[in-house]
Amino acid sequence: MKQEERPEPDDPHVMGYGKLFAIIAALLVLTCITVAVSYVNLGFYNVPIALLIATAKSSLVLLFFMHMKYEGTAIKVSFLSTIAFLCIMISFTFWDVAFR
Amino acid sequence: MEKDIDRTGIRLGMWLFLYSEIILFGGLFLLYAVYFHEYPKNFAEGGKALDRIIGSVNTVILLLSSFTVAASITAIRRRSKKLAIFLITFSILCGCLFLVNKYVEWGTKIHHDIFPNSATLQNGPPGTNIFFGLYYVITGLHGLHVIVGMTLLAVSLVFVINGRVNEDRFSMLENSGLYWHLVDMIWIFVFPLFYLVL
Amino acid sequence: MTKQQSFYETPSPPGLRGIWAWLLTRDHKRLALMYLWAILLWFSLAMVLGLLMRIELMWPGRTIMGPETYNAMFTLHGVIMIFLVVIPAIPAVFGNFFLPIQIGADDVFFPRLNLLSWYLYMLGGVFAIISLFSGKGFPDTGWTFYVPFSVSTNTNVSLTVSAAFILGMSSMLTGLNFITTVHRMRAKGMGWMQIPLFTWSLYATAWVQLLATPVIGITLILVILERLLSIGLFEPDKGGDPLLYQHLFWLYSHPAVYIMILPGMGVVSEIIPIFSRKSIFGYKAIVYSSLAIAIAGSLVWAHHMFTSGISDVSIFVFSLLTYLVAIPSAVKVFSWISTMYKGSIQMTPPLFLALAFIYLFSVGGLTGLLLGAAGTNVYVHDTQFVVSHFHFTMFGGTGFAFFAALHFWWPKMFGVMYNMKRAYIASILITIGFIFHFIPMMILGLMGMPRRYFDYLPQYATGNFLAGFGAFIIVAGVALMFTNLLLSFRVRQEAPADPWGGTTLEWTIPSPPPLHNFIATPEVKDFPYDFRQVSDHYNTMNPKEQE
Repeated sequence: MKQEERPEPDDPHVMGYGKLFAIIAALLVLTCITVAVSYVNLGFYNVPIALLIATAKSSLVLLFFMHMKYEGTAIKVSFLSTIAFLCIMISFTFWDVAFR
Repeated sequence: MEKDIDRTGIRLGMWLFLYSEIILFGGLFLLYAVYFHEYPKNFAEGGKALDRIIGSVNTVILLLSSFTVAASITAIRRRSKKLAIFLITFSILCGCLFLVNKYVEWGTKIHHDIFPNSATLQNGPPGTNIFFGLYYVITGLHGLHVIVGMTLLAVSLVFVINGRVNEDRFSMLENSGLYWHLVDMIWIFVFPLFYLVL
Repeated sequence: MTKQQSFYETPSPPGLRGIWAWLLTRDHKRLALMYLWAILLWFSLAMVLGLLMRIELMWPGRTIMGPETYNAMFTLHGVIMIFLVVIPAIPAVFGNFFLPIQIGADDVFFPRLNLLSWYLYMLGGVFAIISLFSGKGFPDTGWTFYVPFSVSTNTNVSLTVSAAFILGMSSMLTGLNFITTVHRMRAKGMGWMQIPLFTWSLYATAWVQLLATPVIGITLILVILERLLSIGLFEPDKGGDPLLYQHLFWLYSHPAVYIMILPGMGVVSEIIPIFSRKSIFGYKAIVYSSLAIAIAGSLVWAHHMFTSGISDVSIFVFSLLTYLVAIPSAVKVFSWISTMYKGSIQMTPPLFLALAFIYLFSVGGLTGLLLGAAGTNVYVHDTQFVVSHFHFTMFGGTGFAFFAALHFWWPKMFGVMYNMKRAYIASILITIGFIFHFIPMMILGLMGMPRRYFDYLPQYATGNFLAGFGAFIIVAGVALMFTNLLLSFRVRQEAPADPWGGTTLEWTIPSPPPLHNFIATPEVKDFPYDFRQVSDHYNTMNPKEQE
């Protein structure tokens, strides 16, 4: 007796080289942009822009290089929960730090 | 008694492990966020003192290696073993190059008397001490993860060569790849936080 | 059912013999038993340490030890009890043994990782012992390792902290294993709402183990780095903020108390319906409250820091959130009581211990509300009241649940039945001793006696003497309980496959279970607590103590 056959989208999806090329190109372009923007002094706005670009880049890595786009709900939901927990960790600490 | 391999399950296990890695770094990012809130000026100055070029080069290196790792899985599944071997080797070399750059970068900083508990940092503004303290801890821990990732890739490489990783069984390579991508992803955040602040 | 060889006779992987059949095994049942013996050993050791502290406190002034020894004692007692006993107790022993069986699987998903977890657990224990006898002695920081003291004291903090780090890894990998197992290895027909409540509670726990443990990992790494390199991340004169250490520490350690209590609640949810001969009241409510506790428990960590100097806003927010956690806990207590209402209750040692759990845990929970309110917290913070409160939840809660689980699953794990009478006497002794021990402590706390001191003012003498008296009764009770359980191997009164008339899958297989747990493909019921299908034999009469 072993492994029940529960139908599961066991990703038959093999990423094509072309698609991977497109992703890496996008990642390199975003890197150039973020470095370029850092030379322009926008004051406070530099930080959110840099983080926004970083988020976009990591989303690309996550969705395609790490196949997250083709995973089942279990992995998707649990990943989002992890990120939610991370956000809670940081933001709830600011209840303290920001109001001292 | 060969069991069916539940690839989704193995991948789920790996992802769960990666979550714990994310939270591990999350604790450090928490410290970064709070101290950045406290010492924005010192952090900006500290960021300017780091070499943006080396940082960017390292970013590109890691991105490229991530790409080759992803491509190597495609190669294995399309049965082009030679290409896969080449791609994995390339990724490992990228990791080495990253570490060499890191070594040079740390070396220069240490040469300028900037390291934990150094006189310059002790007598300088406290925010700068914290910035470089975090810089060493976070990039150090990240460097450690690069080494672990390279080890995993090297093991996968051996398995690819001797055929234990093939088009039907490639969970080892896939999981090493996931780990490597995570290391890359963390760097994607470390890079702007340290090299590009303000 | 044909007579089957139990897992004791069939090593896994096959071919191993003697001690190696245990040390290299990948069988979740053998690993569970290895955890069991290790945990019982650690528990006894830490209990003796607790008794020594209590003896010291029975009379004012120095009785048997000085302040330094006392400081090292309570640190050691805390570290062992928290990291080596209470956190792994139920998941590592009963979780390992019964989680796969309850979902109809033949093992956990990653058996080799399971073995690794055990070795990490043992390695952590060895580190703790080494740190006791090497360097400048065992840390005197308390199990919280608060900075700046943990960075500046010259006792053996680094090694103990590494031990805690390794133990954290072990606990996290167990959690990882359980989540994957529950997701991927459930028997055919077992949907999420057919999973027994014990497994559900372990699943919720596993998520907390997985996501909270890395925070303590990085915190402990930082303590070690600070000791080695004095970076200054938590040092005010170097720009650091010691409060951030406390934030990070409690970011793990508060969720950790739910790692400790949730499995205990799962055990009680199994025991109550079986001995009430009645389906559990509010199955879904219990499931969702487990998840709610896991989630809400991660939002309240700063209530340990009300007097540390955090901002007033955060005191308000965290105090409010703390009250939220009480709701799902109360839902569970309500469900257990409602299950028993109009059931045909059949008293057994596990049920007795489960009832003691409900009572003691409720006291612990309610005193928790008093501590969660910012105003009263300022008054009782760092007094014996706090110590009493968390012993009510951890010992009265998890400890009693662990004892209940021992008595509940002992016949299944070993195939032998213990002496009921002695089990009752032991349980009653422990309960009485517990109340003698911790109620005086609570009053002492309200009178203002601080925690972590080896001496006290004369007005606290009576309470401390009573507490010491209670401690002796507890130790006597525990000794009797363990002796009774161990004697069952000598007497060898064979236990049937289903001594209690249970409904979940572990009661459908022989005691002790065969290597692959199930002889035939397990049949999953639509509802795990459906007593209509259990034979009438159990529903109408007492099983006459299996005599």
